Amino acid sequence: MTLTPKDVLLFLGVFALIVLTGFTQSWNVALGILNMGLISAIMALGVNMQWGYAGLFNIGVMGFVALGGLGAVVVSMPPVTEAWAAGGLRVIGALIVGAATIAGAVIAWKRLPKGPVRALLLVLLLVAGFYAFRGLFDPAVEAIERINPASTGYLGGLGLPVLLAWPVGALLAAGAAWLVGKTALGLRSDYLAIATLGISEIIIAILKNEDWLTRGVKNVIGIPRPVPYEIDLQNDPNFVDRVASFGADPVTASSIAVKLAYSGLFLVVLLALLWLAQSALNSPWGRMMRAIRDNEVSSEAMGKDVTARHLQVFILGSAICGLAGAMMTTLDGQLTPASYQPLRFTFLVWVMVIVGGSGNNFGAVLGGMLIWYLWIMVEPMGLALITFITSGMADGFWLKDHLLESAAHMRLLTMGLILLLVLRFSPRGLIPER
Amino acid sequence: MDLLNAIVALANFVILPGISYGSQLALGALGVTLIYGILRFSNFAHGDTMAFGAMATILMTWWLQSLGVSLDPLPTALLALPVGIAATALLVLGTDKLVYKFYREQKAAPVILVIVSMGVMFVLNGLVRFIIGVDDQRFADGARFVISARDFKEITGLREGLAIKSTTVLTVVVAVIVVALLFWFLNKTRTGKSMRAFSDNEDLALLSGINPERVVMITWIIVAALATIAGTLYGLDKSFKPFTYFQLLLPIFAAAIVGGLGNPVGAIAGGFVIAFSEVTITYAWKKVAGYVFPSWEPDGLIQLLSTDYKFAVSFAILIVVLLFRPTGLFRGKSL
Repeated sequence: MTLTPKDVLLFLGVFALIVLTGFTQSWNVALGILNMGLISAIMALGVNMQWGYAGLFNIGVMGFVALGGLGAVVVSMPPVTEAWAAGGLRVIGALIVGAATIAGAVIAWKRLPKGPVRALLLVLLLVAGFYAFRGLFDPAVEAIERINPASTGYLGGLGLPVLLAWPVGALLAAGAAWLVGKTALGLRSDYLAIATLGISEIIIAILKNEDWLTRGVKNVIGIPRPVPYEIDLQNDPNFVDRVASFGADPVTASSIAVKLAYSGLFLVVLLALLWLAQSALNSPWGRMMRAIRDNEVSSEAMGKDVTARHLQVFILGSAICGLAGAMMTTLDGQLTPASYQPLRFTFLVWVMVIVGGSGNNFGAVLGGMLIWYLWIMVEPMGLALITFITSGMADGFWLKDHLLESAAHMRLLTMGLILLLVLRFSPRGLIPER
Repeated sequence: MDLLNAIVALANFVILPGISYGSQLALGALGVTLIYGILRFSNFAHGDTMAFGAMATILMTWWLQSLGVSLDPLPTALLALPVGIAATALLVLGTDKLVYKFYREQKAAPVILVIVSMGVMFVLNGLVRFIIGVDDQRFADGARFVISARDFKEITGLREGLAIKSTTVLTVVVAVIVVALLFWFLNKTRTGKSMRAFSDNEDLALLSGINPERVVMITWIIVAALATIAGTLYGLDKSFKPFTYFQLLLPIFAAAIVGGLGNPVGAIAGGFVIAFSEVTITYAWKKVAGYVFPSWEPDGLIQLLSTDYKFAVSFAILIVVLLFRPTGLFRGKSL
């Protein structure tokens, strides 16, 4: 599959919009949009695999993205040795007991003969397991959280390079996706949607409340970077000299250099994924996926295991969302569980996929970049529009004040309208499936 | 005596909150289930429709309050409710005409309609935030309690107080009236019967001369009324904050699915199942246990899960039902 001239023009258009922002506002803003746009494009690729290839309706993107962020913390933060000594092993033991209980219950359910004995045993096993878990877990957590709560109060991470966190974030998301997929795939599509919505809310609740793991709403800040710090660049005479030869200010130049380094990293990941996704889509596997999506019954008749293939692509797509989440947390340098909002992280990604063109990887990438640009730019545009509308009203008039205050909420309205208009008039998106 | 105290404490912290929350969820789930039965898609915009209805009611309430109109001891919002319902009905009929009708005529796949409803959700969410902002809004007035905890203690001489909030009573009374009216309408009137026929078998209903557009219109009006009432009652009982309505989507859908999607009786049962499980599992049982077993001195609060995990409860029930009985407790549709 190749790109048509129109598609190339669309990509150039988005690129031009970002460059224009660089000229009219600042290169810092433009590169900021570019970086998050690249990450959004990766998220959109993940959702496109699930929806575009296989027709799976996942509205738990936020949860998988957040798990990726957790991956970044767990891999790259330095370990808190006192906390590990206080209760690290006990917490892990408790988690193993919890997992063993559930696994035991599942095995008991499958192996034992049907009847009241099985039900009774199962209830006993679950209750006993629950109390064993809480008995181990609660004191350990308390011990961990008591250690220097103002700055740590959690286990910390493994202290490994942050780039390793990206695949780990993807693995975490894949694990969660396996759990959800095992239970909800094979049922109707709406059920999968509700199940993913539920699991994403639960993941966020865990990140917010399990202080021993993520410091909860106290946030983990200062996640190590894969690129140099601005301040080091400014103190590096080599860098300052080279920048001075361009006639640029070292402070601005250093932050632009850091952002460019991130852009380079993200671009490499995006291009690699795009290449993989394209190869997969054009391989026999990709054709089988689309055949299953278009007609499950006939594919099943051809001997394809529909549920297993769905599970496979669901895990792959979620893993990509987790990877993007880990990248985003690395870019932010912090994990702030309270900032995960479903409208922003789940539904916006869906707008990206639909607008870009579901089923087409290039479309997903384009949609990701374009919609992220709009998401950032709609706010000032909306404010300008409202200022224009209200310019005829007297100052201090309640309607004017109210409208100006509410201009920030124009984003959601605009995104909804874009989604509805695209679905109505161009349901195949900007770069349709071919 | 201690047993009485235990019962009172249980009623105060578990049973009464469970009943009012359950009624609110049941009304919300009824709306979801009706849309599913008649229009055949899961309406993700339902939470935000509730928010819009509640907002319209709140704006009307504020206007009435500024005029000095009051229903004391009942909240003024009751007077404003019809206006809120009318505004919401106009809104959903408008969205149906502008948005959903096109896909219905195309006979689009249900999942496309779900995505469309996601777009509507975005727009409504933005609209509500645009009009009323994101903050908590208070609009409850009138008497706060039917019996306050202190009065109850004085009357009965028990150590535990039972506070009956007037919003709890109001929620239950309104919910019973609404549900009774709805079932009367669905089972006894010609229009209601045509709706059920349409839900059971669309082609057969069309052959018998039922006008589908009329059925759809009436469904939307009923759904608007249910959403507005549920939203307003929830807002009166807790508080109105646009975002909480979006979060209600999960327990509401869980209730509708647990009961059996498309089945109104199931929606009500599901609402109470979800509400009571959430409340009992996140309640700290220490006090009740202390009365029942005076000699037992537990260390913790005997709370199975912290209240932050109440979504996990609806979710777990949902998963168990999906695994073992995918059509719900009361046979719903499973396409």
